[in-house]
Amino acid sequence: MIPRSFEYFSPQTLDEAVALLQKLGPDAKLLSGGQSLIPMMKLRLVAPEYIIDINRISGLDYISESDGHLKIGALAREHQLESSESVQTKFPILADTAKVIADPLVRSQATVCGNLAHGDPANDHPATMLALGATVVATGPKGKREIAVADFFPSLFTTALEPEEILTEIRIPFPPPKSGGAYLKLERKVGDFATAGVAVQITLDDSGACKAAGVGLTNVGMTPIKAKQTEAFLVGKRLDEATIQQAAEMAASESEPMDDIRGSAEYKRDLVRVLTARALTRALDRAKGGA
Amino acid sequence: MTTIKVNVNGVEHSADVEPRMLLVHFLRETLRLTGTHIGCDTSHCGACTVVMDGRALKSCTAFAVQADGRSITTVEGLEQDGKLHPLQDGFFQEHGLQCGYCTPGMLMTGLAFLNENKNPTDDEIRHAISGNLCRCTGYVNIVKAYQHAAQKMREGGA
Repeated sequence: MIPRSFEYFSPQTLDEAVALLQKLGPDAKLLSGGQSLIPMMKLRLVAPEYIIDINRISGLDYISESDGHLKIGALAREHQLESSESVQTKFPILADTAKVIADPLVRSQATVCGNLAHGDPANDHPATMLALGATVVATGPKGKREIAVADFFPSLFTTALEPEEILTEIRIPFPPPKSGGAYLKLERKVGDFATAGVAVQITLDDSGACKAAGVGLTNVGMTPIKAKQTEAFLVGKRLDEATIQQAAEMAASESEPMDDIRGSAEYKRDLVRVLTARALTRALDRAKGGA
Repeated sequence: MTTIKVNVNGVEHSADVEPRMLLVHFLRETLRLTGTHIGCDTSHCGACTVVMDGRALKSCTAFAVQADGRSITTVEGLEQDGKLHPLQDGFFQEHGLQCGYCTPGMLMTGLAFLNENKNPTDDEIRHAISGNLCRCTGYVNIVKAYQHAAQKMREGGA
């Protein structure tokens, strides 16, 4: 399978890349990891006239910690996230997520930022970033602006980025003490998109009750879903078995799956219930200091 | 057309390519290095795996222009001075292949993986090859072949 012809640009700086986006307009596509874009181009689902390859811009492949945030640069690969000790110990939910994305060869190329910028509700990081309350930095002709991930996915395959903007960084606030998170995904086989996926991040107060909760759902709607009712329900509650089951049912009712090759809507909704209960249980264990 | 310079198995190559040319087509058709296989052509099977600047990737899901200025190792680059690489020796000794179609990809995934993980568990190997499909062996002998190679490489056989 061979993509349609395109003109290729490989800018050396972010300014050059933004200037190219301004000049070339909406027929230009950014290439970072390329693990979603290139297959879509080969299937001719997309046929951009111009490809702006940002891989040669130096200084964007970082995963760093500053100002109380974990910062992930535009060219940080999934493999880096997966193998970062700091991520494994401080953000087990992120390590959970990276490990179940596609396969190791795809993850050696695929970028974390691209996983969001692609706007695909079947991608795994959106749910996790929703649960973690992350923001993204968009860099454009007017400089940088921050967008909450909760406002980043207005509709199917659409993001809040302007056509001339590049998603250059993800910022995740460090969770307070007594926090824990988990991401669980059911896939038919390695490399498949989620039949359903659930991300949960919670913080407990001194009495052991839930002080804050984030819940994100993968591939059970037209966009990644922030399960707001479930989050609100969890706050202030002790997470006993009955509460967890109630929250899981609420999350299932907030999902909007469709029948497809991976299963019926009814099946997927029930899967959200099961995965939410398990993710909450694991997040709770981790918040209490377990693995 | 874009001119690219790529080091493949230690040899510098310069070529004019269309930007849409896939890396696997550049290797097989321009350089005539047909050891790298095309399997599914949809980024699932891993038969086209090569190592670029130390990282294993699926060459059906990269453009040749992305390899400009970079170093690539293909299966043809494993054998040195008539001596099999420990991975090749492992696949030979442990019967890590039957039809052989997936083997170049399995070897190249192994090269990047064993450079990062000198002493892997079987479980880690199974995760590492989860992007490489084999329809013959059931993977058991491939895992043994990786262990054979890992041991040989630890003993300084590479």
